Amino acid sequence: MADLATETAGAADAVDPADWTCPAPLRDQPVVVMGHGGGGALSAELIEQVFAPAYGNPTLAALTDSAVLDLGGARLAFSTDSHVVRPLFFPGGSLGDLAVNGTVNDLAMSGAVPTHLSTAFVLEEGVELAVVGRIARDIGAAARAAGVVVATGDTKVVESGHGDGVYVTTAGVGLVPDGVDIRPQRARPGDAVIVSGPIGLHGVAIMSVREGLEFGVEIASDTAPLAGLVAAMLAVTQDVHVLRDPTRGGLGASLNEIARASGTGVRLRERAVPVPDEVVNACGFLGLDPLYVANEGRLVAFVPPHEAEAVLAAMRAHPQGTGATVVGECVDEHPGMVVVATGLGGTRVVDLPLGEQLPRIC
Amino acid sequence: MKYIDEFNDPALARRLLDEIRATVTRPWALMEVCGGQTHSIIRHGIDQLLPDEVELIHGPGCPVCVTPLDVIDKALEIAARPGVIFCSFGDMLRVPGTDRDLFRVKGEGGDVRVVYSPLDALDLARKNPDREVVFFAIGFETTAPANAMAVHQARRLGVRNFSLLVSHVRVPPAIEAIMTAPACRVQGFLAAGHVCSVMGTDEYPDLADRYRVPIVVTGFEPLDILEGIRRAVHQLERGEHRVENAYARAVRDQGNPAAQRMIEEVFEVTDRNWRGIGPIPASGWRLTEAFRDHDAEHRFDVTGIRTEEPAVCRAGEVLQGLIKPTECEAFGTACTPRTPLGATMVSSEGACAAYYLYRRMTDGPAPRESRVPQEEMNPVG
Repeated sequence: MADLATETAGAADAVDPADWTCPAPLRDQPVVVMGHGGGGALSAELIEQVFAPAYGNPTLAALTDSAVLDLGGARLAFSTDSHVVRPLFFPGGSLGDLAVNGTVNDLAMSGAVPTHLSTAFVLEEGVELAVVGRIARDIGAAARAAGVVVATGDTKVVESGHGDGVYVTTAGVGLVPDGVDIRPQRARPGDAVIVSGPIGLHGVAIMSVREGLEFGVEIASDTAPLAGLVAAMLAVTQDVHVLRDPTRGGLGASLNEIARASGTGVRLRERAVPVPDEVVNACGFLGLDPLYVANEGRLVAFVPPHEAEAVLAAMRAHPQGTGATVVGECVDEHPGMVVVATGLGGTRVVDLPLGEQLPRIC
Repeated sequence: MKYIDEFNDPALARRLLDEIRATVTRPWALMEVCGGQTHSIIRHGIDQLLPDEVELIHGPGCPVCVTPLDVIDKALEIAARPGVIFCSFGDMLRVPGTDRDLFRVKGEGGDVRVVYSPLDALDLARKNPDREVVFFAIGFETTAPANAMAVHQARRLGVRNFSLLVSHVRVPPAIEAIMTAPACRVQGFLAAGHVCSVMGTDEYPDLADRYRVPIVVTGFEPLDILEGIRRAVHQLERGEHRVENAYARAVRDQGNPAAQRMIEEVFEVTDRNWRGIGPIPASGWRLTEAFRDHDAEHRFDVTGIRTEEPAVCRAGEVLQGLIKPTECEAFGTACTPRTPLGATMVSSEGACAAYYLYRRMTDGPAPRESRVPQEEMNPVG
């Protein structure tokens, strides 16, 4: 996202807000706000403005879910992710499940077969050991389910009031099979855009318990490991162009990132996007767009058109992909943008969200 | 599983559109009053599907957008004070005050919390008796009853550390202000269904008569809006000007009497300043003298606020339906959701936000992001 850079460095043809005589609130963010962690434009800006310049190297510059490293002939995928979810336990999962599945899925989105994880706990003084034990058991169970080994770890304790109970950071490695090259830059016009199942369940499940909202039915998170599903897809063809797990920022943010990285357009068909009724209703109530709600057990794939049917069939035959469906295609038009054909026949842009979605007033 | 329900059925929509096309013989300008309707129209592309003769003008019904700058600045000052828990609906957090917003105050250490109901804020007050809990009570007739209920409950339960920062506004005086404006082009109104579900339709026949405009009470789903347009156009073509209820599944003529009683008990009508528009007589509510203890403006000394509106921002003209957002020269350049000059660009119901979010491809300047070179892309995981 060169948004801020473009604006403050002064695009010659645009009004330069730095010279603006009127107050332009939010032009610069001198402090971290919640939106910096929301997976939208502010998150991307933080990476671009703060982290990438400090670390700058070609591997990081690819900015994929996991880095792919050439090590002595083998291609190693490497990824890390911190988990700060509240509450620690929620319908369909827990912090422990997320900590494993988040990193496993980031590795899988490079086509890697995840093998080993590390876990680092930051515990707040006063947290019950039973809670820590339950999270550890969940991590163990999730790792076994994903076929990965927790090989190393670390524990730190912070004073009461300096944390939020338990934070868990996981890192993981896996091997990328020969011939597999999956990254956002490989999206091509004509590619079928496939999602692996209904979207929005994780985000709505978390909201329903965190904010004490009840939507009439219990909504469970979709958290799940996706490496097995990816392996099933790659068994059909190694020519999968792009994989992404649409976590923070949801499907909308992921598709924008792919469109921008590849310089192609994405055209979605609104009625094809699988959104469960309970997510539709919850989002309607809160004024949120399901396209931007987080998922933890879904992937979006860009697949060459001639492979789409076979890949779709393989996905539907896998337990994590029974709801797989084609939701749109990659196009030449409107490069870098995601456009959705509405159910009524109109069109609209689906933009990268700025930060987190905010519930509306009425 | 489906993304959209029966109120978004393409076949029914086509039928309504065909009927509108068959009815219309000359240009008509309709105003949808509510920002929620504006977003639905733009989000679903309804305006793209209408015949050229039917122009939709976006009205002032975004409560976030019309909250005056001095009230926002008062909110920011109260929220920054130690010992205060400042509660708000989510979409007020990004609205720019003179030099910052509530997000900024939160980032700087203010205890700003998003709540889903004013009763949640009251609950916070009960759990934090040593703190002052302030709820930002903005909105139209839709949110007023719940806010009134919260302060009523606070009084009943003896919760003394709970107050409202009130900036409530009323729809009928705004319609009147629009119709009496010299540049007014509006020939018919789609009235906001949820406002009428509280207040009923009894306030509207007099307006429809006086200004000879059809007023059709309309919901928010695509078919609701198309049906509202169909009925308004039908009246206009026949030279009629009645109040019609096209949202009967939610609106009764008399509205919700219990909600109205709650409003009457706690609030009294007052003149209000509308951001971007200016003062409108009798267009708002404030807490009555009896509830003065729970009025945050009374409880906190926030006099002496100096406000400064961005001179280039044309949000006021957008709110009055005088221009489309894209006609503002700052739209999409100096003014974006990241650098909003006016509340219409940040509110989830704001017309400028709707055009920026959904229409840049066709109606506005190309988004800056799309011109970013590939190596500058930063996907996040």
